[in-house]
Formats: sequence, structure tokens, C-alpha cells
Amino acid sequence: MDKTMRGYRQIPVWLKYLINALLLCTLLVLGNHIIASGGVNRAQKAVILQIGIYILLAVSLNVATGYLGQLPLGHAGFMAVGAYAAALLWKALPKETWAVILGLLLGGLVAALFGLVIGIPALRLKGDYLAIITLGFGEIIRVLIINLPGITGGTPGLMSIPKHSTFLVVYITVILSCALIHTLMKSRHGRAILAIRENEIAAEASGVNTTFYKVLAFAVSAFFAGVAGALYAGYTGILTPGNFTFMTSINILVMVVLGGLGSMAGSIIAAAILTYLPLALQSFNKYRMVIYAVLLIAVMIFKPSGLLGRYDFSLSRILEKAINGRLFKKPGKAGEDHA
Amino acid sequence: MPKFGRRDVSSKMVPLDGLGIIPERDAGKPPILDIRHLCVDFGGLRAVDDFTLLIGRTEIAGLIGPNGAGKTTVFNLLTNVYKPTQGRILLNGQDTRGKSMHELNRLGIARTFQNIRLFASMTVEDNVKVGMSHGYTDGVFTDMFRLPGWWRTERRQHVRALELLDLFNLTDKADTLAGNLPYGDQRRLEIVRALASEPKLLLLDEPAAGMNPSETHELMDNIRMLRDRFDIAIMLIEHDMNLVMGICEGIAVLNYGRIIAKGTPKEIQSNPVVIEAYLGEEAAK
Ligand SMILES: Nc1ncnc2c1ncn2[C@@H]1O[C@H](COP(=O)(O)OP(=O)(O)OP(=O)(O)O)[C@@H](O)[C@H]1O
Ligand SMILES: [Mg+2]
Repeated sequence: MDKTMRGYRQIPVWLKYLINALLLCTLLVLGNHIIASGGVNRAQKAVILQIGIYILLAVSLNVATGYLGQLPLGHAGFMAVGAYAAALLWKALPKETWAVILGLLLGGLVAALFGLVIGIPALRLKGDYLAIITLGFGEIIRVLIINLPGITGGTPGLMSIPKHSTFLVVYITVILSCALIHTLMKSRHGRAILAIRENEIAAEASGVNTTFYKVLAFAVSAFFAGVAGALYAGYTGILTPGNFTFMTSINILVMVVLGGLGSMAGSIIAAAILTYLPLALQSFNKYRMVIYAVLLIAVMIFKPSGLLGRYDFSLSRILEKAINGRLFKKPGKAGEDHA
Repeated sequence: MPKFGRRDVSSKMVPLDGLGIIPERDAGKPPILDIRHLCVDFGGLRAVDDFTLLIGRTEIAGLIGPNGAGKTTVFNLLTNVYKPTQGRILLNGQDTRGKSMHELNRLGIARTFQNIRLFASMTVEDNVKVGMSHGYTDGVFTDMFRLPGWWRTERRQHVRALELLDLFNLTDKADTLAGNLPYGDQRRLEIVRALASEPKLLLLDEPAAGMNPSETHELMDNIRMLRDRFDIAIMLIEHDMNLVMGICEGIAVLNYGRIIAKGTPKEIQSNPVVIEAYLGEEAAK
């Protein structure tokens, strides 16, 4: 777009998108090639898939916590409804690509619907009702799953779900989802959501329909949690209510807080690390909660804004600095994406 | 003697319906703001009592009074932050009762805050863009999928934001985080953000607070410029009497929630009740 700083050459927006798209496609093809050619063993592949799923869970929760500034405590609930919805559909449909896409969309839509049902009453109220209501929601969903064995398979679980979540399915979905969240946030709608986090009264007085945008952000957050749930169903092939406990919600929240509220890159990195560690180190799992507590306290003391604060990684910004010959100079202007 | 803009030279205040005065040039049109018998109670305290005021379409109006008089509360009533206990407000002929704050903004009222409320960790430009909350039709999906509507909106908002920022010489700081601006610039940015919603009535709560005399002088010119350029009414709360007497055409004086005087700067300056209210405050210190 136009230059706001004289003499600072900028890469046009469309070119930025093109560069990013090409890079990501290359990575996808490369990753797929490595996996298809047997470059990684089964356990490693499982880690890679789980990391992708948790990245989407963290990034989607970040929409409601980091961007909107609310504190939902039932993200696993949205993940659960998405997972079960997709699983049931996949079991009924043939194993075709269109069925995979349909299942992912259905998972998201069902979760978003639940998001609306909870979000509309909870977000209209001023105050911290959302935390309590979402907490209740997460538990209710789990109890419902246990008590509706006819549909959900109950406590033993829903079995023999088609394993649709291949490397390509997971990572194309994750990348597309992250891209869509990014483009939403970099629009007038996204700015309205951020404005609410920054100062709700000022946002409302500036003409932002705060209720609408809170519900929107919350529903978007739920939608992508549902999509991640669907990926999860297609990855494990079996769903039990134990997969979607309060601890799962907290787990995702820890990723977002550690990564930095409002930083997509932070969520991604934290999700990757915190998914990898427990799988790699058996002993980590035993002390997981202790380690999380220590980590959280350390972050709160030393860097309350999380690993990356509100910084978001941007390849094109680095390229811009490079073509302007100031790659290693401290930026004199704000270099933040969503902040 | 402050220099007046073109418009002010011919401006004489004339009575309207026996309720108040508005500039003669606005007399043919209904007032932008018509407030009648407005009251609000906080617990036992009546913070605003029987507040009646008219403001003309292109008037610069002042609301003054000692600390705690209820001035900010009046603004909060006008923007529906608080619900009045009694009375009514007509904005542009339309009753504002029951409207939400953002609906009021759409109807043409925009404001700044005494305690600055910027979107601190957003850029200056984005702060202004948030103010442009209506007149755009690109939906959520259009923007997510970068359809042509997004590109159009972004370009329009970018150009418009820089235009508005330029009025207050803030263009160079478009990419700065609002929270990193010096105090005076933060006050100016609040005005720009309010302007972005294309208001018909702009409410400024102590716009000169924390500014030095030369900044205040520049601000006076800017406020007149805004009125002339956008043809809007401006109502301001200010403790700086040079500013108030220099640019306001009609002034209302509030004390303990009640209007104790209304009139032109000249009338207010020589009003014994006003002098007493202010002297009383001085004496109490
Ligand atoms: N939300 C509220 N609840 C209770 N009392 C309030 C509230 N808002 C304002 N008040 C009281 O109403 C009175 C008027 O306050 P207001 O802020 O309107 O004064 P002001 O004229 O703007 O003063 P200043 O010049 O110091 O800004 C004060 O006594 C204040 O304590
Ligand atoms: Mg005040």
C-alpha cells in the first residue's frame, strides 16, 4: 500500500501473500515427501500430527483470549463437539476427499453453533461470566458424552472412526485456518475485536458494536477449535470423554499464555514445544502440572506478556527490512502485527 | 483578543424557544442537541440536576464548572454511558433514550475522554480506522478471503486515516503504537479517532489538559478549523478559561450538578454568580 514512511520501500500486499503461500506450499510438499518416503517412524509421525492439532487449538483459543481479551475455560468442549460431529459424519460417509472436507467443516460449524449459544448470553453481560459459563460448558459436554452412549459411544468411546487425518490433511487445514484467522484480524473486523480488548468503552463510543464483535470472535474461536477436534478424531480413530477434560482446556490455555497473549506465532511455538515435550520425555508427563506451574510463574515474573508478547512473526517484514538495508537496525516504528 | 475564524465574525447568539441561545447562522435549522430537564442520581447524590441546553448545528459550545460539578457526567449521559433518571435528549431531533453507545455514534455523536482511552497497543493509524465503524459493507467472509471488498475498504480507510491524521500533524506517527505517543499527541489522536466516525456533534472532555500554552493555542485554532471544515457542532469541557472564552460561542456553567449560568463568553465573564462559584472554589482551596 502507500508509504507512510518516506523512502521506506514496502512490498505490496499481494506479493507478501504470494511469497508466504509459495513458501508454505514448498514446506507442505517437502514434509509430505519426507513422511511418505518413510523418513520418520510411527511415533515421530504421531508427534508431528499432534503438534499440528494442538497448534490449531492454541491459535483458535488465542482469538478469544489474546485478541478479544476474554478468558474461556472450556476450549476442550468445543473441540469435543467438533470431534464427535465429524466422527459421526465420517463413519456414515465413504472415505473420499469431499467427505473429509465436509467433516472438518461440520466439526467447525457445530462448535461455532455451540459458541453462539453460549457466547450470546455470556458476552452480553459485563464482567467475567464467560470464564464460569465456559467452564460449566466444558464439563456439561463431557457429562453428556458419557450419558448418551447411543450416539457417542459413552465412556468406552466412539470406535473405528476413519483415520482421515494424514499429514497433508492436518497441515493444510492448520495452515488454512491460521491464514484465515490472520486475514480476519488484519481487517476492519479484526481491528474492532482488538479495540474491544484495548478499551471496551472507547470502542463502543467509536461506533464498534462490541456485543456483535465479542460474539463473532468467540464463535470464530469455537469454529476452529471444532475443526481441530475433527482433525483429532481423524487422527486417533477413537474418541472417549476422557480426551476432553478440564485439564485439556487448561493445557491449551497454558500454550497461549506462554506463547504470548495475542501472538499467533507465540501460540504456534508454545503449542509445538508443549506438545512435543510430554511425548518425548516420559518423565515430563509425570511432572507435567508441576512444570507448567513453574513455567507459568516464571513467565509471570520475568515476562508477563509471554514468550513473544504481542509480537508476530512476519517474513515480509524481515524481507522489507532487508531490501531497505536495515535488517539489523532496531525498528524506529512499531513492528507488530496484531498488536 | 483572540482571532476569530470567518464564521465567527458574523455570529451573534440569538434566543431559541426561550430555552437557550444558539448562533444566528444556525437559527433556521433545528438544534443539533436539545437537552431538557436532564437529571441523574448516583445513590443519594444528584450528580446532574435539571440540565436544559440547546446547541446549534455549527456552534462551539463550552461546559465549564469547578471540579466535581458534573461536567463529565453530562457527557456520559449524552453518550448513554449512564441512563438519565429524568429528562430527555434529542440528538438531531431524535430521542436518544435506549440507544446503545455505538448506535449513538452512528447517529452522529462522537467523543473524547478526560482520562485518555486510546487503543494503546494498536498503531495510531489503526486507532483512527477503528473510528471508521460505519459506511463499510465488506463482511467477515469478504475480509477473511481477501475478496475485492477488503482491498477497497483497506485502501479507503488508509487514505482517509492519513488525511485525518494530517489535520493534527500526526501522519508521520501513523505506524507508532498509540500508547507510545507523547501526552499531547494522545489527546490529539483521540480527537482524530472521534472525527473518523464523521460526527455531527463532537464532544471534547478537557482537550487541553496537560498541554502547554502554545499547544493550547494551536488546539484552539484546530478546533475552529474542524468546525469550519466539517461543519459540525463541538461541545467542550475545559478548565482553561483562555480557551473557553476564546473559542466558545455559548457557555453553560455547572456547579453541584446545576446550571448556574448560560450565555455568551462576555455574559459569563461578568456574571456575579459564576465569579462567586469560582471564587468560592478558590477560597476553599
Ligand atoms: N459512576 C458514578 N457513580 C457515583 N458517582 C459518580 C459517578 N460518576 C460521577 N460521580 C460523581 O458525580 C460528581 C460529578 O462528577 P464529574 O466527573 O461529572 O465531575 P466533573 O465536573 O467532570 O469534574 P472534573 O472537572 O474534576 O472532571 C462527582 O461528585 C462524582 O464523584
Ligand atoms: Mg470531568
